[in-house]
Amino acid sequence: MKLSVSHVTRYVFETPVTRLIQSHRLTPSRCANQRVISWEVNMLKAVRGAAFRDGAGDWTETVSVDGPLDAFEIEVTGEIETEDFAGVLRDHREKVPPSAYLTPTARTWPSQPLRELAEDTLAPLDGRPAIERAHALSNAVADAVEYVPGETESLTTAAEALEGGKGVCQDQTHVLMAVAQMSGVPARYVTGYLFSAMPDHISEASHAWAELYVDDLGWVGFDPSNRVCPDDRYIRLGSGYDSQDAAPIRGVVSGGAGERLDVSVKVRDIAASEQQQQ
Amino acid sequence: MPETFNEMIDGGQVRPAYQSLERWQNEMPADLRQMKQSEAEALFRRVGITFAVYGEGGDPERLIPFDMFPRVFTAGEWRKLERGIRQRAAALNAFLADVYDQREIIRAGKIPEHLVTHNEAFERAVVGMRPPRNVWSHIVGVDLVRTGPDQFYVLEDNCRTPSGVSYMLQNREIMMRMFPHLFVENRIAPVDGYADALRHTLASVAPKKCDGDPTVVILTPGQFNSAYYEHSFLADLMGVELVEGQDLFVEGDFCWMRTTEGPKKVDVIYRRIDDAFLDPLCFRPDSMLGVPGLMNVYRSGGVSICSAPGAGVADDKAIYTFVPDMIRFYLGEAPILENVPTWQCAKPDECKYVLEHLSELVVKEVHGSGGYGMLVGPKADQSQIEAFRHKITEKPWNYIAQPTLALSACPTFVEEGVAPRHVDLRPYCLVGERIELVPGGLTRVALNEGSLVVNSSQGGGVKDTWVLAE
Repeated sequence: MKLSVSHVTRYVFETPVTRLIQSHRLTPSRCANQRVISWEVNMLKAVRGAAFRDGAGDWTETVSVDGPLDAFEIEVTGEIETEDFAGVLRDHREKVPPSAYLTPTARTWPSQPLRELAEDTLAPLDGRPAIERAHALSNAVADAVEYVPGETESLTTAAEALEGGKGVCQDQTHVLMAVAQMSGVPARYVTGYLFSAMPDHISEASHAWAELYVDDLGWVGFDPSNRVCPDDRYIRLGSGYDSQDAAPIRGVVSGGAGERLDVSVKVRDIAASEQQQQ
Repeated sequence: MPETFNEMIDGGQVRPAYQSLERWQNEMPADLRQMKQSEAEALFRRVGITFAVYGEGGDPERLIPFDMFPRVFTAGEWRKLERGIRQRAAALNAFLADVYDQREIIRAGKIPEHLVTHNEAFERAVVGMRPPRNVWSHIVGVDLVRTGPDQFYVLEDNCRTPSGVSYMLQNREIMMRMFPHLFVENRIAPVDGYADALRHTLASVAPKKCDGDPTVVILTPGQFNSAYYEHSFLADLMGVELVEGQDLFVEGDFCWMRTTEGPKKVDVIYRRIDDAFLDPLCFRPDSMLGVPGLMNVYRSGGVSICSAPGAGVADDKAIYTFVPDMIRFYLGEAPILENVPTWQCAKPDECKYVLEHLSELVVKEVHGSGGYGMLVGPKADQSQIEAFRHKITEKPWNYIAQPTLALSACPTFVEEGVAPRHVDLRPYCLVGERIELVPGGLTRVALNEGSLVVNSSQGGGVKDTWVLAE
């Protein structure tokens, strides 16, 4: 599939800030699942530098702006060709060993209900192939945590989301990671974009899903929000230990107050829109 | 308990290294000793060397007690220690370079993978990184204890930011001022080259992007940190800036220091803050102590951070057991210094042994430090032992146990005169272009009679440590 992305992030500060610095992971992963045709991250006035590819294969870049600054905008535009490998992350070069993704963070920390969810799901599947068990965990999480926006916050933990039974893709991903890690399956948080042709398909500003390490297959994506494995509608940006660690944009500002954030993401199917134009 | 080795008197005889000190002690009248002791205290207070204990509250201006009776090593004793420490520092650095790259030691089956990668000190953010000279731990503090004339054990390694070296330097300085004749009578190897050696070590690991004389700084969490005195003391001695996070900023490919003459590029940061606080864009987002963006500059080769983030995975108590294997694996040598035999409570059969022998063993938390969260079996009462039995049963992986070692004792000034007190030793090994070690280190002494806990937070004091010249 050929997809085009337009992702605009706009910060407005009521009281101007004196300085802003951010770390960006806004460039698509290099893997067989996707091939960049063109990709640009644009900002006005920003000093860019300190760029590198990390051990997890993600491209990181640093930007800073000296103020006073009352607004800051990051515009990501690009075209990318994707391929469906049924969720398997293919030919992705990375050096971090999967076992490093067994360590929970504050957001994926175990709780008794999480443990029960993991055990109840996997008990009947003893001896079944790892991929089947991973699917079962993902489905169980989708059943246990209903997709309902507005019920959780950015700091909600997996344990809390499971307790409330509601959440967004971030929460469902954290819960899936927690139950996987508890079951000895390395799991990580993945950020990216999702093309959605169907109106009932869940797509937030930036989408998130989990990758579980499955022996013989490697890293396999699971999107409990949509009960699928990422296919050619998904664009992968980067990964981490949890939503905070994997965030495409991490930043701090000095001075100022009253930050407002507007995010708009448009993912289009290039072939379909060309047909419409004809 | 096995018998304690007395470093001054062995088999009723004064050991040769201590003969001059024995005379000195016998000839010193009690009132002179009193006077000298208050003089030493006044000197320590004047230079501002005080110590605050984490989480204990109390007087942050409290002095670490200084004991005037020096501890002495002969040249021969030191030679063996020095070789052993260098070997250990080299192996620990080889281990760090390996576990963040090819993980050959894990592939070879020498260390279980989960102990390394499923470990809070393992930093994913630096995997695949190769710091200048592939050095990860630039200052290695190796804690040693002695149990006999030729028997030393390594208690633990400190690969992050071992503290206490300022005491080593000040103890010597003050002894030389108060008892200059001792330094004429004895040929004692100097320690005052430490600051130059440290400066040279740090400069030698400047990034490739640095052309010219590297700018080195010490990054401190600030004056409320218990080791702040040491940070400022070392900065002074090395002639480098002491900075806090707010004095630095990241722009473009580099890290800069705000100065009155405008921004100045920083090449090497000797940081005395923990990984988690280094950079809110990489680690804890609420950290005000670090520098936003610093890790990106580090990862892209614009600045060196000493010790390297992630170095802590080498000094974890669970990894400690494997250091002799590291020495054999990376250096192809036999370990010169021995580890203390250690039981891992994570292993069920070893845990069983520990639970059955709690009254004989020392039990420690895997990630603990500073003598907190520790059980000294032979000194504990039944309720303390039961409390630990409960803790170990709850979280076996969190504990290791070791035999109670008969730590050697050194003559120490006490109320009644001079009496033996248990001691340990922390030498500071510098790793950069070369591996360097000043002769001696910091001797800590358990001032309470019979106590084996030398931590300054728990009634420990310090001594000047002599290495006699050949």
